[in-house]
Amino acid sequence: MPEENGGSKEKTGVLEKVQADAAALRETLKEKTKQQVDGLKEPEKTQLYRSMFRVKHDDEPRNRALSVLSNVFFHLHPAKVNRDATKYNFTWGMGGITFYLFIVLTFTGVLLMFYYHPTKVQAFRDILYLENDVPFGKLLRNMHRWAAHLMIIAVWLHMFRVFMTGSYKRPREFNWCVGVLLMVLTMLLSFTGYLLPDDQLGFWAVTVGTNMARATPFLGHEGPLGGLLGMTPYNDVRFALLGGSIVDANALLRAYIWHCIAIPLIVSIFLGVHFWRVRKDGGISGPAPVMLESEIKEERNPRPVVLRPSGMSQHDK
Amino acid sequence: MDWHQIWEIASAPDNVPIVAMLFLIPFYLWYALKQGIENDKLIAILESDANLAKTKYRKTQEWDPNWDREVHTWPYLMRMEFLVAIIITVLLMVWSLTLNAPLEEPANPNVTMNPAKAPWYFLGLQEMLVYFDPWIAGVVMPTLVIVGLMVIPYIDANPLGNGYYTYKQRRFSIWTFMFGFVGLWVLMIVIGTFIRGPGWMWFWPGRTWDAERVDYAVNRNLDQVFGIDGSWTSAMFHVTKDQGAIWARVVFGIFPLIAFFIVAAILVHWICMRTEFSRRIYQRMSLVQLVTMYTFLIFMFSLPAKILLRLVFTIHYVWVTPWFSI
Repeated sequence: MPEENGGSKEKTGVLEKVQADAAALRETLKEKTKQQVDGLKEPEKTQLYRSMFRVKHDDEPRNRALSVLSNVFFHLHPAKVNRDATKYNFTWGMGGITFYLFIVLTFTGVLLMFYYHPTKVQAFRDILYLENDVPFGKLLRNMHRWAAHLMIIAVWLHMFRVFMTGSYKRPREFNWCVGVLLMVLTMLLSFTGYLLPDDQLGFWAVTVGTNMARATPFLGHEGPLGGLLGMTPYNDVRFALLGGSIVDANALLRAYIWHCIAIPLIVSIFLGVHFWRVRKDGGISGPAPVMLESEIKEERNPRPVVLRPSGMSQHDK
Repeated sequence: MDWHQIWEIASAPDNVPIVAMLFLIPFYLWYALKQGIENDKLIAILESDANLAKTKYRKTQEWDPNWDREVHTWPYLMRMEFLVAIIITVLLMVWSLTLNAPLEEPANPNVTMNPAKAPWYFLGLQEMLVYFDPWIAGVVMPTLVIVGLMVIPYIDANPLGNGYYTYKQRRFSIWTFMFGFVGLWVLMIVIGTFIRGPGWMWFWPGRTWDAERVDYAVNRNLDQVFGIDGSWTSAMFHVTKDQGAIWARVVFGIFPLIAFFIVAAILVHWICMRTEFSRRIYQRMSLVQLVTMYTFLIFMFSLPAKILLRLVFTIHYVWVTPWFSI
């Protein structure tokens, strides 16, 4: 058929075209390859790079600011900070260390979760397995343990520093309160983790700790006036904490859920508020210029609130 | 001297943090006060020279008029943060490679650990159990500590020392915080870690922890010291001597408590009124602020008061009632 004949003619035409293209490519291949390789020498100009980082990283003020502002992790920082605040002696870095340890603990904690069953049969054996058979298991558990202790020290020293610099004062009163709650949550995180190896140490520490709960006024069966509300060992606040009247399988599961899910979630929310408020309350408190006693102004009630264009509200000093 | 016992306590891996705190807290206390005293010197100079106060850079940090007041976060702050993160990682690595996390035998409700200790950061609360019943030591006091910390910004009417280290401008608040944080919280943890042995008995450093040791309890209640046996009340209300004794104790115990509140309030007031500056701050405080501050300080003093009664005068309860005892 003529059409078929015509079709086969077309095919030979395509073949010739491809051959011609290949010949042309052979001529330009060298040049194109050179272009590609040269392009790799400036990776910041590739589409891949630009899609990720959006701004140039040239060493100029605008890009220094943008590199902080356009990164979701870095933008917790302002673009510029008080010159004197970048030195170690004012903040001691304790807040940042606490946050870093929280990240370390999340990371090592997730890895530990892969090897752990929160059941009475398995829990202790899982720790033995971790210590003896899992590659780097012992290191992992040690790091989690010591990072937790270090985090508590760092939180306390952070609070100590904030107190000593008077940074809780106006306008940062509320953020101090958030910080106090975060400190309590940090200690609760550590405490709930104590039971998880299901060994004598954790068992008795949690027994001692939760025995206090049974003495809660009104809500504990041994607490003052607990009988008034009909508290027994089987319905009081200690029962709620342990999921039973003794430290046993349910207590292990509850400690696990609080430790791995509930408290970290609550901490993350409070952390977000804490960091956000540091910025909104005018950034890091100092080192501020010293104020003299002669400069104390008389109290005005109620204190006027000055709204700043950037959205920060600040009480006038 | 049983040095081995001291070493055994101090080298227990879980006690490493508290041993570290023994060095870290004095170091950072010194570090804060050093910078505070430097600032105080600057403040003294500026207070004495009104002209200088207008022109001088009011910080102890180096300053050049040509410098910008602010610097870029990247790299000046973030390089520090990354450096600190690396140092902390290395520290953790070394710590984790050299010391193993403790693991005891499997949990066994039938074998009591002696001493059964809470984690070190809660040992202050456990130590408080010696002085107060669990409902105070384990519930009321921790609540007061948390709420007390949270009210600090709202009761501190001193506008000075906001954002810089100082000692002279904030003597009262610094001493109060030091008393609570170092004097009560950290010290109680140290006692709980190093002093309290089997049976939660007091072992001076160097004394062997002897699980067989028996102490004869000589503790008595305050009403026993005063010989309240209910003979008056039972005769007065024509009830049995036992019933009379209960009510006599309830009524008696109120008086030492009231006496404590009055003495502590006077003490707190005396501290607040000591210097002219603190009197000035006192004038700025509202009634709610004053009542809150006095209440929390009085409750804070109740702990050392009870420690004194218990350890020195071997008194167990001050107020005995059928429902609770203090």
